[in-house]
Amino acid sequence: MTTSDIVAQGLRGKKGDVKSLLFEGALLLSLFISLLFLIILLVDVVGKGIGVLLDRGGSFLSSGLSSFAERAGVGQGIFGSLVMLIFVVLLAFPIGVASAIYLEEYAKDTKFNRFIDVNIRNLAGVPSIVFGLLGVAIFVLVLAPLTGGASYIAGGLTLAVLVLPIIIITSAEALRAVPDSIREAGFGVGATRWEVVRSHVLPVAAPGIFTGTVLSISRALGETAPLLLVGAVTGFVATGDASLGEQLQGPFATLPTTIFAWASEPDSDFRALTQAAIIVLLGVILTANAIAIFLRNRYERKW
Amino acid sequence: MRKMETTTPVEQQAPSARVVTSVRSAGEDEGAVNPTVFDIENLSVFYGEFKAVRDVSLAIEERKITAMIGPSGCGKTTVLRCLNRMNDLIESARVEGRVQYHGIDLYDTQVDPVEVRRRIGMVFQKPNPFPKSIYENVAFGPRIAGFKGDMDELVDQSLRKAALWDEVKERLKESAMGLSGGQQQRLCIARAIAVEPDVILMDEPASALDPIATGRIEDLMQEIKQEFTIVIVTHNMQQAARISDMTAFFTAEVSEQNDRRTGVLVEYDKTEKIFTNPSNERTENYVTGRFG
Repeated sequence: MTTSDIVAQGLRGKKGDVKSLLFEGALLLSLFISLLFLIILLVDVVGKGIGVLLDRGGSFLSSGLSSFAERAGVGQGIFGSLVMLIFVVLLAFPIGVASAIYLEEYAKDTKFNRFIDVNIRNLAGVPSIVFGLLGVAIFVLVLAPLTGGASYIAGGLTLAVLVLPIIIITSAEALRAVPDSIREAGFGVGATRWEVVRSHVLPVAAPGIFTGTVLSISRALGETAPLLLVGAVTGFVATGDASLGEQLQGPFATLPTTIFAWASEPDSDFRALTQAAIIVLLGVILTANAIAIFLRNRYERKW
Repeated sequence: MRKMETTTPVEQQAPSARVVTSVRSAGEDEGAVNPTVFDIENLSVFYGEFKAVRDVSLAIEERKITAMIGPSGCGKTTVLRCLNRMNDLIESARVEGRVQYHGIDLYDTQVDPVEVRRRIGMVFQKPNPFPKSIYENVAFGPRIAGFKGDMDELVDQSLRKAALWDEVKERLKESAMGLSGGQQQRLCIARAIAVEPDVILMDEPASALDPIATGRIEDLMQEIKQEFTIVIVTHNMQQAARISDMTAFFTAEVSEQNDRRTGVLVEYDKTEKIFTNPSNERTENYVTGRFG
């Protein structure tokens, strides 16, 4: 054998090795399985529901809940889900990010603070139904004069509390990922802690914080159980000529609770409606995520 | 041993006998002894229970370059970071002894560390520009300090002093992350200069740079030494010998009980003396390359 033969043999190494091929195949198979179920789900839902959307179009999107399938629509559900989204964005986002900044940038590493940190992590894992019970106890009953009982406000507050730990954890992770060298650079030119956080740490952490918020928004938009406990209605919501403020204190429904209500209807006409409502919900979540990702990328592109 | 209150720093040369003699001899044959900026007395630094530095005493003179050299783990960076209270950022860090800055105890409860760092700037081992534009990197410090003058002019001047202007004048609005390592480090120096500090601390500012970039940083230090007091930590003995006026040699003493290393100051003197005729045998062994 010449030298180059030996080298060629050596360089060939484990190319074409069966084990690595098998491993790659297993990975691909796993991916395929996840995709397969997603595709089946989508095809099934779209196949059964698209008809309703095509036939009724605008009227399905704008009509309220009704016990008659031909008059029922997701209008109230869309409105309710958007109200929930606003609660999450206006309440949970600022409070969550502020908490994360305190925990990561200000709090000293004491036993008490570590205890808080662990508990917030646990809270994020608490089943949403438990938050629903909390919502009933506090927002529906105790704070009834403020929320008007089982209302949009009570539902929105419950969802805000539900996603708060998720926003805190993801924001804290994003802040932790900011290299200390940036903080030192800020302190090194005589910046206060707040100036360092505002001008240097937050901009670097912003994309991560937005990602966490996007996840939380999707989570909130899809939650059903806690809202049913808090008292989402499953029948027609009469709004009459109530002002927005009064409406917010009144009975509510969201897209997922609408889906739940229709799925429990014995009437077969509602089955197609359920699928159509799912398409709308997926569309709403997709749109919300797209907007959030767009905002994040715009922020990220600065540097 | 306690220092008397004095407003004429020329007379308050150094607290310990060891240092007093060396500073005097420095003054005798090479210009005047400059006023003291830092007077460090029996400084010990702890990280939790661990004593990182023990009983360091030295006086740092104005408008000179003072180098701190020594093997890894000898506490030179720790001492440097005590001079602008950067160690405050490490929760477990604790300081004993005194660090006086123009006669004021830096660790007095009345002293705001933010104000300390505004006057005593720092350049770090790894270039750490803010992930913002070149202009913003320089302008941030003056802006938060409430600078009211012509910011463009200040940025221009700071970049010129840091010998970076010609390379970046066309792209001030571009990200600082696009600069080379050496340029980034000069930008960090420009950033430190822009707040017009009294002292600039440099923690191995050239250790991540190639020889050409290092040379530029060294030239730059000689330039700005006219205006600022510079304290530099360096691993590189040739660098200390080339650029500094005074050199402090630190070493690590290994405790027999727990095998932990504690930094001590071995010798502090004129750079020339440290490198040609050190008084301490350990210094001689180190500078001649016999250990470390």
